[in-house]
Amino acid sequence: MTDHSTPDPAALPNGPNHDGRRSFIKQATGFLGLALAPPLISQAERLTAISKKVEGVTEMRLKVNGAVRTIQAEPRVTLLDALRERLDLTGSKKGCDHGQCGACTVLVDGRRVNSCLTLAVMAQGKEITTVEGLANGEELHPLQQAFIDHDGFQCGYCTPGQIMSGVACLKEGHAKTDGDIREWMSGNLCRCGAYPNIVAAIRQVEKSGFKS
Amino acid sequence: MNNFSYIQVNSAKEATGYRQATPQAAYIAGGTTLLDLMKGNLEEHPQLVDINLLPFKGIEQTSDGLRIGAMERMSDVGEHPLVLQQYPAVSESLLLAASPQLRNMASIGGNMMQRTRCGYFRDAAFPCNKRVPGSGCPAQEGNNHNLAILGTSEACIATSYPGDLAVALAALDAVMTLENAKGKQRRVPVTEFYVLPGKTPQRETVLEPGELIVAVTIPAAAHARRSTYLKVRERSSYAYALASAAVGLDVQNGTIRSARVALGGVGTKPWRSPEAEKVLTGAPATEATFRAPRPRPCVGPSHATTTASK
Repeated sequence: MTDHSTPDPAALPNGPNHDGRRSFIKQATGFLGLALAPPLISQAERLTAISKKVEGVTEMRLKVNGAVRTIQAEPRVTLLDALRERLDLTGSKKGCDHGQCGACTVLVDGRRVNSCLTLAVMAQGKEITTVEGLANGEELHPLQQAFIDHDGFQCGYCTPGQIMSGVACLKEGHAKTDGDIREWMSGNLCRCGAYPNIVAAIRQVEKSGFKS
Repeated sequence: MNNFSYIQVNSAKEATGYRQATPQAAYIAGGTTLLDLMKGNLEEHPQLVDINLLPFKGIEQTSDGLRIGAMERMSDVGEHPLVLQQYPAVSESLLLAASPQLRNMASIGGNMMQRTRCGYFRDAAFPCNKRVPGSGCPAQEGNNHNLAILGTSEACIATSYPGDLAVALAALDAVMTLENAKGKQRRVPVTEFYVLPGKTPQRETVLEPGELIVAVTIPAAAHARRSTYLKVRERSSYAYALASAAVGLDVQNGTIRSARVALGGVGTKPWRSPEAEKVLTGAPATEATFRAPRPRPCVGPSHATTTASK
């Protein structure tokens, strides 16, 4: 797959949490504390005038798998659609698009979330990890290898979400027993019914003592 | 999903100011409920006001009890040592809800603002008095197997709050702190936060337009430390409650000194049961007490509902 990523450390001088728009709003709000005056409606209008509002197609910067990527998108674009349709990162899957199936699971600042219920505009300034960012070059992540070892899929559609969720499940310490794995992986549905093999794959990585 | 403008705010004053300027705007924190509803065209908002930077954070002991900021996430609260030790029913209600992904995203304030899972509400093709006041309620004679038994009205029989957390909070006498556009805060018990549907099922809580949820405070109590949340579902995980119960007991020398009972999934709002508490208080904490048949374990306003034959 073509890698469109352009590592751009200079674009984030203060690390992943730096966000020009956010710091702009913070500064603007500081001034506002002094500038506010009744009546309230005109206050709100003044707020709108000073704070930066995102409206229509706007440039957004997303840090995905360590690289800063720029997209043009409306505020209603979800992180899932931004990844798949704008950044050609089609590993994350759209199943239900309502947070019910887990196929879209990615990590945001190290925590697993449903990217279909995350707005791209709100994911700016955060570290986003997709299934494409797991492997180290040609070397698979241990959980990716474990899914192959244990035949943890049939059609494979839910697999990227299962693996991202499994990586987080292991990191959280919620994979100590098979019962724990089943409970803490319940946000990822598999219509093929590969559940026993998915549990076995996660158990293998847990037993290996791998620390993600 | 309709298009909207997005604005991230840093203060409650700024947030409420935007809501005053655009009354149809909505606050967004985790977004798990809001975006789900907007994708189904069940809610439309011209503007989303991102309140994640508001200082409504922290899980801390206060003289009033444990204070949980509205911006805290379900997963962080559910696994917090103070919640686990002092308020097990609250921890269980959080960790038995939704999925790990959703719990990482959903805020405590947003959890309290969940909307019903009634299939007619969730399908914009049907009339629904909650969505379009006066349009009718197909659930009255339709598929109502998971809807409310207690607190229903001619206009609505939905389990208005489908979640778990507010049930545990209602049992343990938790109090919400709300802040309005003037910056004035008020405290409302969780049991009074939700309102019965009556003739206006579109109104689900006592929140005024633009009012923010700041925090929820749970008083420390012996019955809170010995509490649990039981959830019955159609599958063993990741499902809404068919019925649930949050129960806290203060037991000393084998006698129940105080009891707290609230029910989920069966009422139009989290349903506190003073009847059950009265029966338990002063009784021996024995299997016989807990299993004794009660003619009317719950009393609440209800009305005759025709159940369609299947």
